[in-house]
Amino acid sequence: MALLTVDSLQVSFTTRNGTHQAVKGVSFSVEPRKLTAIIGESGSGKSVSCYAMLGLIPTPPGRIDGGTALFDGRDLLSLSEGELRAIRGRDIAMIFQDPMTCLNPFMTIGEQLIEPLLVHQKLPKKQATERAIALLDEVGIRAPETTFNAYPHEFSGGMRQRVMIAMALINEPRLLIADEPTTALDVTIQAQILKLIAELQKKRDIGVLFISHDLAVVADIADHIVVMEQGEVVEQGAPSDLFSAAKHPYTQKLLDAIPTGQRVSTLTDPKPLIEVQQLRTWFYPNAKAAPVKAVDDVSLTIHRGEILGLVGESGSGKSTLGRALLRLAPITDGQVSFDGTRVTDLEGNGLKEFRRRMQMIFQDPFASLNPRMTVYDTLAEPLLLHGICAKSELDRVIARLMDDVGLAHSFIRKYPHEFSGGQRQRIAIGRALATKPEFIVADEPVSALDVTIQAQILDLLMDLGSEYGLTMLFISHDMAVIRHIADRIVVMYNGRLVEQGSTDQVFNAPKEAYTQSLLASIPGAALQ
Amino acid sequence: MLRFITGRLLQAVPVIFIVITATFFLVRAAPGGPFDDEKVVLPEVKKALEAQYKLDLPLHEQYLAYLSDLSHGDLGPSFKYPGRSVNEILFSGLPVTAELGLYALLIALIIGTTAGVFASLKPNTAQDYIPMSLAMVGICMPSFLLGPLLVLVFGIYLEWLPISGWGAIPGDKILPSITLGAAYAAYVARLSRAGMLEILSQDYIRTARAKGLSEWQVVIKHALRGGLIPVIAFLGPAFAGLLAGSFVVETIFQIPGLGRFYVQAAFNRDYTMILGTTVFLSTLIVLFNLVSDITAAWLNPRLRAQFSGGER
Repeated sequence: MALLTVDSLQVSFTTRNGTHQAVKGVSFSVEPRKLTAIIGESGSGKSVSCYAMLGLIPTPPGRIDGGTALFDGRDLLSLSEGELRAIRGRDIAMIFQDPMTCLNPFMTIGEQLIEPLLVHQKLPKKQATERAIALLDEVGIRAPETTFNAYPHEFSGGMRQRVMIAMALINEPRLLIADEPTTALDVTIQAQILKLIAELQKKRDIGVLFISHDLAVVADIADHIVVMEQGEVVEQGAPSDLFSAAKHPYTQKLLDAIPTGQRVSTLTDPKPLIEVQQLRTWFYPNAKAAPVKAVDDVSLTIHRGEILGLVGESGSGKSTLGRALLRLAPITDGQVSFDGTRVTDLEGNGLKEFRRRMQMIFQDPFASLNPRMTVYDTLAEPLLLHGICAKSELDRVIARLMDDVGLAHSFIRKYPHEFSGGQRQRIAIGRALATKPEFIVADEPVSALDVTIQAQILDLLMDLGSEYGLTMLFISHDMAVIRHIADRIVVMYNGRLVEQGSTDQVFNAPKEAYTQSLLASIPGAALQ
Repeated sequence: MLRFITGRLLQAVPVIFIVITATFFLVRAAPGGPFDDEKVVLPEVKKALEAQYKLDLPLHEQYLAYLSDLSHGDLGPSFKYPGRSVNEILFSGLPVTAELGLYALLIALIIGTTAGVFASLKPNTAQDYIPMSLAMVGICMPSFLLGPLLVLVFGIYLEWLPISGWGAIPGDKILPSITLGAAYAAYVARLSRAGMLEILSQDYIRTARAKGLSEWQVVIKHALRGGLIPVIAFLGPAFAGLLAGSFVVETIFQIPGLGRFYVQAAFNRDYTMILGTTVFLSTLIVLFNLVSDITAAWLNPRLRAQFSGGER
């Protein structure tokens, strides 16, 4: 018998702009000891469905319009708040996407960890503490006795997610709802956490409902996959059936959007555009402490017209390197030359001219666009600043740019908040292209986007690259994306370059142990 | 931590020095002197008085003499209360003002945080609008209006409470404390509402609910710690405001605190008294700001780690 059976669940939100049907009659079930995955893009209603069952959506504006969610023979949707509270954290536990924000920064790990025991089982504090420490050990936290009294900020993201998992499991729930539990983590950490969830699930006999936007992540671990689009379940079934013979076009679209294949470099007769020699960017947090070596003795060459992929985990220094090339991060030591000019020596107008020739695209298009400037203003600013076109020509040039990045002309007077994530990234790309640059640093440009949008933006970048003969440094933590787009790859770890080579070489014959571990962490082996 | 505190204290020295200097020259620039009142004084007597209080010296010498006395903690003799030093007068008025300020602060904190937290739990409903509208009224109503109004209602119409004095009749401390505290209760209510709303929208509040905590446990154990930090940080500036406000309230209710001496000193051109009170109060205000900043930082574990010498 199924552990949880959801039948025609409907949820709506009432806002000033009317009622929005977030979940339109969703049905699925979770079997005990099995992992059921819900896949969908942002706004598909996958998280709302799960939160609504547990009474975790704010009402109003949220409202459950109908359906049932049978857990243990009881309909969760018709329970009182008190009855539901007795189930939350005891029989059904949750872990969330961002372990940085999901733990209370004002409380120690221990205080938060034992809370479910104190609330549900009314255990004495001492006993609860013992149990918590044992569990911390089980989820792979070193020195759990001292960890117990530490605060969340003292931990890395992966460690915090382990704490979250321990907190969810402490009352031995029968159902674990995991909402994008690895999305905010590095790929190697993601692999560890996925493995941990799978292990604990078998060991403790729990049913798992795993919410994700990433088919590749769930491909290896799911027993059953539910695909959601715009509040509806469009398809569900066993992973093998789904991957080999997707029936619904949306499932097919999701599968197609997974970056696959390997770029074959078309570059003949490479000429260096950028040469970096022994570049160092060290930060000094204070006079006494040792410097943080964000970029340490990095030497590399970027050829004209190539897309160089820069891979590394968070904190590896890859963003700092990208910024240092554009002189947006301080350079402690070393040389950067661009087309024969020493960038490191440039000042004033020389630097301004050089900045015109190099542009940057950032990860979060919402944060990097000025919310008070329309598309027109955003695109016009660099054009006027660098004197690229006359005022009379401005409208025509901007229209051309919008064509290039695939934005309708009717959007021209709109503000960033009126656009979706993908459209905003198109604006950001348009702004970078406005100065007709030769070199673009793209820092995780697709990481904040849904998979189908991600594929579109990658295509756009590759098209623009070949159309305008752009040279690009493409920074990403996502190996599949890099493999798809890059001619050559450099791998960074702890501020140093550990490996570089052609895409084929790095993927098929990695020399360094670190590169090998990165490759082994790529999820979605079942898809290949 | 110690370095932070000493650093802040050292920063306070120039601030206080500027306050002293500005006040010293400003009070002397104001027309009229301490012995120019309506009574006719013989020129010789006036001269002797001025000589006694060093007013016949050139301005910069007066200034240096004052600084030298001040460095020994001596605020000088009062010009208008013969035979009494400013130090004596300050310390006789201080306990009364401090007590009044303390009660007002307690009222502000208890009423303010309760109202603010209560309002934040159901934003944009009557539970939010009613206390917040009252708070707006509280902020807008000056104490010289609220004080007499309270006196009129509770003292004269209802005859429940005494209308003036301090510590003479039971209950005479209630109305002045409320008058002084009301505006701050309103500020605290608005701050704690905003702080709580911010915290209640955080992801970790959802985590707490997912653990099966009741709404009260969520609020008290998880939200209050972070939500009330803005209130703590506000206590320093609030203290300054309370001291300034106490002058009005002390005058309305005939309370023998610092404020009344201060106001009278200004009218009388009692130079040393004005200076002494200003120096004393500005020092207190700087100290209280420091204390509230440290407390607010201490309550945040991330900042605390920086204070106590690096993270693990």
